[in-house]
Formats: sequence, C-alpha cells, structure tokens
Amino acid sequence: MKNSLKYLAVVPFLFLCLSCGGKKSEGIVIDFWGMGVEGEKVDSLMVEFEKQNPGIKVKVQKIPWTAAHEKLITSYASETMPDVFQLGNTWIPEFEALNSIEPLNGMIKKSSIVKPDNYFAGIWETNVLDSIIYGVPWYVDTRVLFYRSDILKKAGYDNPPKTWQELYDLSMKIKKLNNNDRQFSFFLPVNEWAPFIIFGLQANSTLLKNKNQYGDFSGKEFKKAYNYLMQYYANGLAPKGMSEVSNIYQAFAEGYFAMFISGPWNVVEMKNRFPKNMQDKWMVAPLPAPDNNYPGVSLAGGSSLVIAKSSKNKEAAWKLIEFLSTKKTQVDFYKSVADLPAVKEAWNDSVFVSDKYMKAFYVQLQRTVPTPKVPEWEQIVISKIQIMTEQTANKSMSVDDALKKLDNDVDKILEKRRWIMQQKINNDLNRQQKK
Amino acid sequence: MKRDNSNLTMLLFFVAPSLAVILVFFFLPVLAALVMSFTDFDIYSLGNFSYVRFVGFDNYIKLFGNPTFWLSLKNTFYFVIIGGPLSVMVSLSAALLLNSKVVKLKGLFRLTYFLPVVTTLVAVAIVWRFIYHPHYGMLNYLLGFVGIHEIDWLGDPKFSMPAIIIMAVWKNFGYNMIIFIAGLQNIPEYLYEAAVMEGANEWQQFKKITIPMLAPTTLFISVITMIGYFQLFAEPYVMTQGGPLNSTLSIVLYMYQEGFRWWNMGYSTALAFALFLIILAATLIQFKLQKETED
Repeated sequence: MKNSLKYLAVVPFLFLCLSCGGKKSEGIVIDFWGMGVEGEKVDSLMVEFEKQNPGIKVKVQKIPWTAAHEKLITSYASETMPDVFQLGNTWIPEFEALNSIEPLNGMIKKSSIVKPDNYFAGIWETNVLDSIIYGVPWYVDTRVLFYRSDILKKAGYDNPPKTWQELYDLSMKIKKLNNNDRQFSFFLPVNEWAPFIIFGLQANSTLLKNKNQYGDFSGKEFKKAYNYLMQYYANGLAPKGMSEVSNIYQAFAEGYFAMFISGPWNVVEMKNRFPKNMQDKWMVAPLPAPDNNYPGVSLAGGSSLVIAKSSKNKEAAWKLIEFLSTKKTQVDFYKSVADLPAVKEAWNDSVFVSDKYMKAFYVQLQRTVPTPKVPEWEQIVISKIQIMTEQTANKSMSVDDALKKLDNDVDKILEKRRWIMQQKINNDLNRQQKK
Repeated sequence: MKRDNSNLTMLLFFVAPSLAVILVFFFLPVLAALVMSFTDFDIYSLGNFSYVRFVGFDNYIKLFGNPTFWLSLKNTFYFVIIGGPLSVMVSLSAALLLNSKVVKLKGLFRLTYFLPVVTTLVAVAIVWRFIYHPHYGMLNYLLGFVGIHEIDWLGDPKFSMPAIIIMAVWKNFGYNMIIFIAGLQNIPEYLYEAAVMEGANEWQQFKKITIPMLAPTTLFISVITMIGYFQLFAEPYVMTQGGPLNSTLSIVLYMYQEGFRWWNMGYSTALAFALFLIILAATLIQFKLQKETED
C-alpha cells in the first residue's frame, strides 16, 4: 500500500515531463484570446491557419465579454498577456496608456494583406493614436435606424427619414396616428448613451476639447443635439422609463415604438425573435442627418486585433492577424458569427450584395467617426452621461445646468490626464534644456 | 512557568501555517489597500508606476464631498434599516409557523422556503424582472385587484429600492428561518408546560418565554443580517445596475464600479475603508443595545 502511494506521487511529475518534452517538437505556439462569440467560433478557422503556416500552433482562449476587461488588465498586471488578442476598439487608448500593446506601423508598411485603404476610414481611425497604429480592425459595427416600415407607410412615409426635421415630423405623425399615451414613436432609452453621443457627433460636437483634456458638452453643438432629443421626451414621443421594455422585439412588434437605433447584432436577433409573419414589416436604414448631408454620422465600433508588447512571437502573431484579415477569412467569419467584416473587399461577396439589411450598414460604415480616444471615455459615457440623461428626461434638472454639471464632472475625471500631459511636456523641456 | 512557555512555542508552531496564510492573504492585502487609499492609483499608474501620486487624505475628502457617495450611503442605509428588520421578522414568523404544532407538511414548507436561498441570484433576478414588469408583471396584476395603478417598479426611482428590498427579503429569509427554527427547538418544552399551568395565554408565552430564550439567536441573526445587508451588491448589480437615477446604487456596487470598472483603485479603497468603519460602528452599537436590554 505504502509503496503504491509512493508511485502515485510520481505521476504528476511524469505529466510535467511529458508536457515539457512536447513543447519542443511543436514549434511556435501563439496564445490568442477571443471574446464572446468571436472567441468561440474563431477556433474553427485555426485549422486552416495552421495548415498554411506549418510550425505555428494557435492556442485559442475564449473569454466572456463581461469579464474581458478585468481579465486583460489582470493579465497585464501579472505579466501573462497573450501574444495576440481581440480588443474592443474603444479600449485601445487604455491599453496604449498601459504601454501594453505593440505599434504595428512597421508590419503594416511591409504587409501585402493589411492595407489601410482596405478599411473603413472612421473605423481605422479608432486604432490610431498620434499617427501610431495599434490595432487592425477585425470586425466592425455601427448603429443604424431600425424602423417599422408598415407604421411609417401608414404615417405617409415610403422612405425612412433623412433629416432630423423629418425624423421629428414623422414621430409627431405616428403619435397622432396612435392617439394614446401608451405607444410611442421613437425608442430612446435614457439609460443608453449611444444615441446621445451619436446625435452630438452629428451636430459636429467634438465632445471633449483642448486635446481631450476638458469636457465640451455645454458647447453649442452638443447642446443643440441634446435639446433636439429632449423634445422627444417632452412631447411624449419617446418613453421615459427604462424597464417598461424588457423585450424590445416584442415591444417593437406590438408597435410600442416604431423606431430605434441599434447595431448589427439586432439584425440577427430580429430575424430570430420578431414574429415570423411580420418579418417584412421591419427594415434598417442609415441614420438621418442634421442637414441635407445624408446619411448622418454614426459610431465607429467593433473589435481590433492587437499584439501584446510582451509577446515573444510577434512575427507569428502578425501572420495570424494577416490571415484573419484576408477577404476569404473575413467572409467565412461573417458566415459563422454574423460579425460585419472590417475589410471592404469582403463586402463584394454575394452574401452581402444580396442582403437588403446589409446595404444600410455598408452605407453607414462609410460615415462613421470615432469617439474621443482617451482611456476615461467609457467611464465618462457610462457613469456620467446616463445619469444626466435620466435626470433631464425626468425634468429634475434643466438642460443647461445638467450639461454644465456634466462638463464639471468630466473635467474632474480628466484631471489625471491633464497632469500626465503636463508631466510629459515638462520632461521634454528638461531634456531640451540639457541638450 | 517553564512548561507554559514551551507550550506556547508548541502552540505557535502549530498555528504558524494558518497564521502565515492569514498574514499573507489577508493582513497584507488589507494593509496594501490602506496605503493605496492614500494614493491616486489608477489605470495610468498601473502602466507607469511614476504616475502614482501620494494624495494624503484627498480620497477621503473627495469621498465626503461626493454626492454620489452620500447617495449610495443613503441607499445602503435605506436597505439595511428597512430590509434588515423586515427580513428578520419574516424569518421569525416563518420559523414560528413551521415550529407550531398545527402546521402539517413541515418538511415540504421548510424546503420551499429555503429554495430561494440556494437558487442562483441571476436566475432569481430574471424571474423577478418579469414579476416587476409594469405592464405584464404579476405583481402589478395582483395590485390591480386592490385598485392600485401600474407601478414601474424598477424604472421609477421611488419604487426601485422597495422592489430590491422585497426581492432580497424573499430570497434570504429562508436561511435565517432555519437558524430560528433551531433556536426554537432548543427552548425546553417544560417552560411552556409550566406557563400553561400558570394560566399564561399564547401571546404571554411568546413574549415571556420565546423572545427572551431566542435573544442570543436573534442577536446573532441581526448582526449577521446587518453586516450582510450593508454589503448589498448582487441584487442591484443584476437587476438595475444601480439605476434608475442611482436610486439602487449601494456602497459596494459603487465601490465595484469605481474600482474594477473604472480602475480608480485609490478612491475605491478609500470607499472600502469607509464602509468598514460604518459596519464596525453599527455592530458595536448593536452589541451595546443588546447588553443594555439584557441588563
């Protein structure tokens, strides 16, 4: 008995030896972290990659979106970052501030596959900080207008609204048509920041000013957009509560509202969850514009592929990025997860040409702008803008006061950023003086 | 004397491993957090250590000047003061019911009341979201019979905290109920028999025997419940994310958002210590009150 136990104790070490022996023969192994559905489905593409690149093996790790941010930060802190990973493009400034991601300018210059011209300009821009490129767009997303074509037709509109004025007039007409206060025209949830930022961008607001060191929400551009949207609450065109809609597909089908702003994921959801016999009653369209310059701009969203600075296999990691950026892989990837391809060429494929919903997205993607590229951006929109919207929609604060307070709060959040920028300027000055 | 000393070294030798573990994984992190609460440690500092600034008591001053902190404190107290006693009372009533001789199928009821405790909160939250739905929810439907108009439970800042309290009480009372039942079963039967012989009615028995005999159990339960309720987090985290209008933002949720979402670690640790002091004070007050009533 005692003897056999002794042997048992050796077993774990045997495994250890096996694994160290194994590694040598495998050649290069690169770690790849994918998030959510992308992480789940990307595995199947790796077979092809490994066939094309003998000697390189890819270890894919799937991370749920809800834990992704914490997980990446902790991996950075504990120096266990993967070689290459997926990064939501609004997170790039943060990981750049951490000095954790590799500039890709050199690799892109040499590459015959990844070329900036092949990408949507607004989306590409999200990956660039002070003309240094940190990521290659993997898939893109943006927000468009979802609408009930039958309700619009009833209100006398054969086409979706093209200007702010038209959107508002249409909403008023739908309101009259419904003639009750339990149905609305436009779904503008107060707890969602995106529409407010989009309309602000459309009104030409830069959102932050002075090299992104101060808030610019009380500036006249953002105020114009904000006041415009507030009319929807004031005139009963948009619901003020937020938990009334627990299932937007059901509410949309019931005519609780006739329009809302959302992203490509909801095209898939609508196909699955909107009633079958009503499938011809909804459509998507690019967003209306404040003037006649249709379509108006929208958010440049999506995920990029980045390489960790700590990676020891940067060449191999770059090969993986190139592989994921070819037209064929991009189309294949769309077919398996329905993520919109970042590479423009892929949109020539018949799957897109024949899809009536995708056309709106293609048009919209040409007109996207990035949000301010500072690490604090998500904190600003989520912790500050939502609260303010809730308050002004409930009229517990006037628009002017609320926007001023917002700027004040944002300036406080950006204090550290201002200090660091000053610090850098001082260092540069010191260096020059020494010279 | 000598023997005592060797005993002590012996004891120390045996507890040393656990002491070491507690030191490394508990006291050190707490100490580190305390130090951190005097800095402005954030995402920039994680990337470049020279971007940490010692700010003295700035975080604490900022904390006390921040209306969001006071709001989260108010929300937490609201939850503790209303939810805590409510939860204890519901548990006690359920325990009394299940302990009485009239009730049949005790095992079944005990199991049913305990089920919410062991059910995953996320699943519970999804069901309660439906129950609270303003148009199709069961709660509003039932209230409709009494002539109460549709309430937007989770969307109206006035009702969101009561909604969270109701759900939390429903979810947690089973646990305390079990402890109360154990406490009740420990009260010797002869006390009641003697009281009956003396001609005491049910209410008098309850007041003079059950309540005093249950005092230690009640103290334990109220302290544990209070500490637990001060740490309100999961319910608003899954139900409302602290909204609407921050009306369900608790201290711990606020701490989580500042720390792990926005990575303002310095500020967040200051919040943690503020919460620690509050819980400590509340517990001491409770012990004091208990002692006074005993005397």
